[in-house]
Amino acid sequence: MTDAAIRTEKLRKVYTTAPPKAGRGAPGIAPDASRAAAERRAGSEVIALESLDLEIQSGEFFGLLGPNGAGKTTTIGICTTRVLPTSGTAIIEGADVRSQPTLVRQRIGVVPQRPNPDSSLNVRENLVFHAAYFGISRLVANARAKALLEKLGIAERAEGKVMQLSGGQQQRLMIARALIHEPRVLFLDEPTVGLDPQARLDLWTILRELHSQGRTIVMTTHYMEEADRLCDRLAIVDRGRLLAIDTPEALKARAPGGTMIELVLDGSGDGLVSEMRGVPGVSSAEARFEHGGNSVRVYSDRGGEVIAALVTIATQHGRSIRDIHLAPPSLETLFISLTGRQLT
Amino acid sequence: MTSPVTDIAQRPNSGRIFLALLRRDINVARRELPYFLLRTTLQPLLFIVVFGLLLPRMGYVGNAYKAALLPGVLAVSLAFSSVQSVALPMVADFGWTREIEDRLLAPISIELIALEKIVAGVLQGVIAALFVLPIARLIMGPIDGLTATHFALVLFIVLLGATAFSVLGLLMGSLVNPQQIGLMFSVIVAPMIFFGCAYYPWQNLSVFPVMKYAVLINPLVYVAEGMRGVLTPGMPHMDLRAVSGALIVIIALFWTLGMRSFAKRAMG
Repeated sequence: MTDAAIRTEKLRKVYTTAPPKAGRGAPGIAPDASRAAAERRAGSEVIALESLDLEIQSGEFFGLLGPNGAGKTTTIGICTTRVLPTSGTAIIEGADVRSQPTLVRQRIGVVPQRPNPDSSLNVRENLVFHAAYFGISRLVANARAKALLEKLGIAERAEGKVMQLSGGQQQRLMIARALIHEPRVLFLDEPTVGLDPQARLDLWTILRELHSQGRTIVMTTHYMEEADRLCDRLAIVDRGRLLAIDTPEALKARAPGGTMIELVLDGSGDGLVSEMRGVPGVSSAEARFEHGGNSVRVYSDRGGEVIAALVTIATQHGRSIRDIHLAPPSLETLFISLTGRQLT
Repeated sequence: MTSPVTDIAQRPNSGRIFLALLRRDINVARRELPYFLLRTTLQPLLFIVVFGLLLPRMGYVGNAYKAALLPGVLAVSLAFSSVQSVALPMVADFGWTREIEDRLLAPISIELIALEKIVAGVLQGVIAALFVLPIARLIMGPIDGLTATHFALVLFIVLLGATAFSVLGLLMGSLVNPQQIGLMFSVIVAPMIFFGCAYYPWQNLSVFPVMKYAVLINPLVYVAEGMRGVLTPGMPHMDLRAVSGALIVIIALFWTLGMRSFAKRAMG
């Protein structure tokens, strides 16, 4: 495959110290994820990536979807030469991350989750100096910086201090910085975490435009809506493993039939499920116990219509319902069926 | 798919990128120059006031002491502005800001990024020493035996000393956690200054032989003795060949260790 922009084979990463988190601005690792990490711990080692095979085509908008601690940031770290793989290979635009890291760096742009602009420089200088680090002349760099700042709507802050920019503006500066040397591949690590809804929508618009220009974009996210709306293809990863890889449409089609209904109970649901399976419209039902709580997970072909019957069964068994969660077939239900866990 | 994305076919040359990195650090240092000088030269200058002006006038120390003190104080300024200008920003960079990330993404080897930090540290060390010299001379008045005739030798020792401490800055900056930075200065830097032969010639430590040989592990000893050898050669001082040899060994050692630890921190 000569067309692949990115190819990884049997990529594996084992940390002997704590793995890097997506960013300090990020929400802490979810209880699920830290437990996942603990389960994968052998001695003081943490397996961040098991054996990742990925092939991303040139010009593709590719998403890595998974919960915190899934291995997304480690994958991006390896592909951007910032983390050394324990074993396996990663080829970015024909260059090997291990043996040709400078060549890889020249061909990629990286947007970190937590903006890390050079606070000793102003907004424009951040771009012009970054361009200089890529050997670009000042004349060209100035012209590009001006154009990028205008395009990303922060031109009026060009001479301002970076720390006076809002979170959304800083993130846009990071995108401008990643683009100043006109890389072929753009990596974004959870780019919309911590942004307000409007800033997130603005960022989506920017990313769509970059994609329409033919640039390869690789983005990690744990927001399903974001992955669904933006990406051509998605890889669902969890606990360092690739669980599924396909277009969002094809993945959604693979989601288990019907609407998922989860009833959180005050006691065990074991005695309830056989009766629930008999309710017309219910395709499957299982009792669960996790996070110290009991629940019953039911898939229904008739959406929420079956809820009344399910509640009745629970009440007849002397159970009270503490919460009801309803999810139509989606990436979320697919993720839950693949991992048994919520994504966020 | 047609791609408007420009292809940078040839690899940009490392020399050009290195200079861009250096230009950034010089640019930032120039803006912060007053704070930088205040931070790195105030302590040596205060020392000059007390030991080079007040005590001689009070008659507690002789005038000859000034000639022993001046090169030592210059060594302290040179050494500690070099080590600080490399280590302090690096501790912050690796500790929490991660601002160095934009340079670690440059298409240049990590060794050259570290080397650039060293060169920037040397420049700042030299600037601090050049700033202290005339002020110290002004405060202390005429200094017996002070000569500037061995200019090339002065430059040689100054560059070796600044390099040794910049490389030490690389090691400390990539090794020390932000929480330990205060501890680093009180536990490592302060003893280094007081036992660095900055305020007395090394040969005079014969009054305390154990200490005379114990202080030889302190890199500042060689910088201070070297400065004495080139600025006030009339004062007792170590042989300049021994000084240069020791500094070169120190540079090689700290570079090996510092580069290893810098690369480790830079990679995740």
